[in-house]
Amino acid sequence: MHDKTIAQLSAGLAAGEFSSEELTRALLERIEQFNPSLNAFITVTDEAALSQARAADQRRRQGQAEPLTGVPIAQKDIFCTDGVRTSCGSRMLDRFIAPYNATVVDKLNAAGMVMLGKTNMDEFAMGSSNETSFYGPVRNPWDLDAVPGGSSGGSAAAVAARLAPGATGTDTGGSIRQPAALCGITGIKPTYGRVSRWGMIAYASSLDQGGPFARTAEDCALLLGAMAGFDPRDSTSVNQPVPDYVAALDQPLTGVKIGLPKEYFGDGLDGSVAHVVEAAITEYQALGAQIVEVSLPNSRLAIPAYYVIAPAECSSNLARFDGVRYGHRCDQPKDLLDLYTRSRAEGFGAEVTRRILVGTFALSAGYYDAYYLKAQQIRRLISEDFQRVFAQVDVIAGPTSPTVAFNLGEKVDDPITMYLSDIYTIAVNLAGLPGLSLPVGFVGQRPVGLQLIGNYFAEERLLNAAHRYQQATDWHRRTPTAFA
Amino acid sequence: MSLGPAEVGKIAHLARLAIREQDVPAYARNLSAILELVEQMNAVDTSGVAPLANPLDMAQRLRADEVTETDQRAHFQAIAPRVEAGLYLVPKVIE
Repeated sequence: MHDKTIAQLSAGLAAGEFSSEELTRALLERIEQFNPSLNAFITVTDEAALSQARAADQRRRQGQAEPLTGVPIAQKDIFCTDGVRTSCGSRMLDRFIAPYNATVVDKLNAAGMVMLGKTNMDEFAMGSSNETSFYGPVRNPWDLDAVPGGSSGGSAAAVAARLAPGATGTDTGGSIRQPAALCGITGIKPTYGRVSRWGMIAYASSLDQGGPFARTAEDCALLLGAMAGFDPRDSTSVNQPVPDYVAALDQPLTGVKIGLPKEYFGDGLDGSVAHVVEAAITEYQALGAQIVEVSLPNSRLAIPAYYVIAPAECSSNLARFDGVRYGHRCDQPKDLLDLYTRSRAEGFGAEVTRRILVGTFALSAGYYDAYYLKAQQIRRLISEDFQRVFAQVDVIAGPTSPTVAFNLGEKVDDPITMYLSDIYTIAVNLAGLPGLSLPVGFVGQRPVGLQLIGNYFAEERLLNAAHRYQQATDWHRRTPTAFA
Repeated sequence: MSLGPAEVGKIAHLARLAIREQDVPAYARNLSAILELVEQMNAVDTSGVAPLANPLDMAQRLRADEVTETDQRAHFQAIAPRVEAGLYLVPKVIE
């Protein structure tokens, strides 16, 4: 059962081949067997999962099942889950039991999905390797010496290792697409405002967006359909109907124009990754797409602008962790300042501390214009680059990440090198566009992802383009040997 | 821009973060490297470019000022470090 896609599980449940309880038990057993070597889950909610599974089976008997009813899912530990620890990968929230559900969690519960547990992640979603987690690094199922990517590394590893057929993630600078690429699975970051951020612990509010991971684009279409939609509780949620993403999957790609930004194939891109990505582009040509070279001239400024905007917003968002109302509190503070400063220093790890410091500096008196305002102006230039290109093409394609998964420990002491892992994904967040990563091959044992970028609310087109590729190829069906 | 230990101390105070003395040089080094990276922005003339705060360039939606939430004080306070009689208990040093 564990090797079935969500679409196949949905069909199997509908046909009565197995119950949700049987399926959930099988996956919980796999988690018990494999999680010690992967560290993909921070919390496994086995009892609650079985009770949700029995409720889903009951709902099916009553003839009220929806396509996702009874299908298990893993939730990134950034989404608040009522009554269940929501740690955000941080010591600060190690003992935080969320008092309410995130909208995404509520929506997936309403669809009848079964939560298996909460997945590991970089602390407060700040990282590209899952090594900044308070709960230790996650390992890549394709090679246990490699990182799974980040920040949604636990979700990506769980899906790649067949511990869960799907998982949620969040993407502020690449945190869905980069781990999807490094773990050989499919993941989509929707348009900013498409999925509610309510109950999703904030890192950088103008960039954060939730989305699904699964093995196929078809499964991502099913999950996104259930996650997306207007939420009056999120002030940046967009009030626009959610299309039927599954219905659009099979459209032919004949005549679809795919733009390849020359800046995404230049210096910094590993030669063997480039080779695999070029082969995927050739496959798209065979599927009828028309390939054109395009230019996003301000691409090189995306990382500099991001490392002002994201830290600035994080320094503000994380100011709420003061040791008073919830979260970690230091022992025996000697005065108010000591309570704040020690609670925060003890609760946050090094990368979070670095970003809070950078953000505090960028917003401080005398530096705001030179850093924050400048970054927001660059952000507009980057956004305008994309709009110029989308006047000519339907989809932009390129590598998701400049290299395959790197080794654990390889970049952990060098923040700048780590930041460059997100060189092709960050601009998409700055512009608020949807982006998808799908597996298109390997370099040695390690998977390579292709990134597809669409215009605002073009998730249908991205899922369609990924689905058609997956109908013609089998990279998405490859399973890491140790987890087959 | 390069930051020295004194500047790191000042920023850490603004951010209410107690950084151990022995960690200050490493933060100064990392922060300086990050600022050097972000200063690549200065190569581009952005005069006259309107800053972009919301990626969809949308203004934040406002809602009517009406009570929509029920009272869940006890539920929310269940996760506080210490509470009594509906109040958050904080160490005595806070006046």
